[in-house]
Amino acid sequence: MIFLSLFLNFLKIGLFTFGGAYGAIPIIRETVLANAWLTEEQFSYFLAVSESTPGPIMVNMATYVGFTMGSADHGVLGGVLGSALCTLGTVLPAFVIMILITTVLRRFINNSHVRAVLAAIVPCVTGIIVATGLYMLAELIFPSLPASLGSFSLPALIVAAVLIVFMEVYRRLRKKPVSPILLIVVAAVLGMIFFR
Amino acid sequence: MQKLRELWKLFFTFFKIGAFTFGGGYAMISLIEDECVTKNQWMTHEEMADMLAIAESTPGPISINCATHIGYRRLGLFGAAMTTLGVVLPSFIIILLIANFFDYFLKIPLVAAAFRGIAVAVALLILRVGLKLLRKTDRRPLLVGILLASALLVLLNHILSLGVSTVYVILGAALFGLATSYLKKRETPPSEGEGREDGE
Repeated sequence: MIFLSLFLNFLKIGLFTFGGAYGAIPIIRETVLANAWLTEEQFSYFLAVSESTPGPIMVNMATYVGFTMGSADHGVLGGVLGSALCTLGTVLPAFVIMILITTVLRRFINNSHVRAVLAAIVPCVTGIIVATGLYMLAELIFPSLPASLGSFSLPALIVAAVLIVFMEVYRRLRKKPVSPILLIVVAAVLGMIFFR
Repeated sequence: MQKLRELWKLFFTFFKIGAFTFGGGYAMISLIEDECVTKNQWMTHEEMADMLAIAESTPGPISINCATHIGYRRLGLFGAAMTTLGVVLPSFIIILLIANFFDYFLKIPLVAAAFRGIAVAVALLILRVGLKLLRKTDRRPLLVGILLASALLVLLNHILSLGVSTVYVILGAALFGLATSYLKKRETPPSEGEGREDGE
């Protein structure tokens, strides 16, 4: 049953996300790829849409995956149900845990063992995010990964190089990092030039 | 009546927050502070900082954590449900509208080319966040070890196509943290303070 599977998988995503949306991206990515719900391209493309539309990135991704899978066999209504279930799954752990902490578990968060667990999770999530970013970039430049280094995408390499220079120049000149939306717009223009 | 009005206000405030922040949770924080501390005085600056510390260390989207907390403090379970619904609803509606035609949109060659460029930006954005977190990482050897081990496991998992869920990597780190904390406590039972013998 696709709807149950959507709900349970996004419940897992909601439960194992620490430190905001970027901590969720590796888990959402592997979940949608493992279940063949989205292709690697669909995932990256919609992640860009999620960054450029308002609201929590995780909710945006959950809504999209739920709609895509729900509407595949059950039409638009199935799509709406799928997105509602995915969003509910993403939100529910945060909702329940936050209420528990606000009411009865106020001291739980200050317990030394709980703090030790959280302190260990922070560098773990950092490592996961760095590894995922590196791998996603490598996969764009060498599209036949992980099987081989055989094929090589020159346009992807050029776009990556130009974007890195742009990010660095922008940061030096404006004294702040370039916003995700602006970077995505610049990348779209570069894509239209180099991927045609 | 008074209660109903406040319920609506909570819902509408968080609906606004959900509708006008781009780029996820961290971008929302300043807007939440604006609405809940400055404008409506639902909480003090200290309470806000306290809430953020908790939101960052509990699972799930940060904005949902904040919405739930503030809603619950104002009007209990029903208040929490309203604020959470408010912050989620704009995303939900907008993405439903986009999802409906996104695949057709991608069939336009120029759009497809644009998105192949965008995919590179997405990878770079993830990498940028990762590197920023890396710079902020506590340099205690134990934590650096966890970081390297996690990154290596995830990379190996990709390269060898092992199909092991990242969730297990997180669980492993959590268990490891718990184990070291128990061992540490056993070594220094009488002292109450935090036993940070590793130092810088």
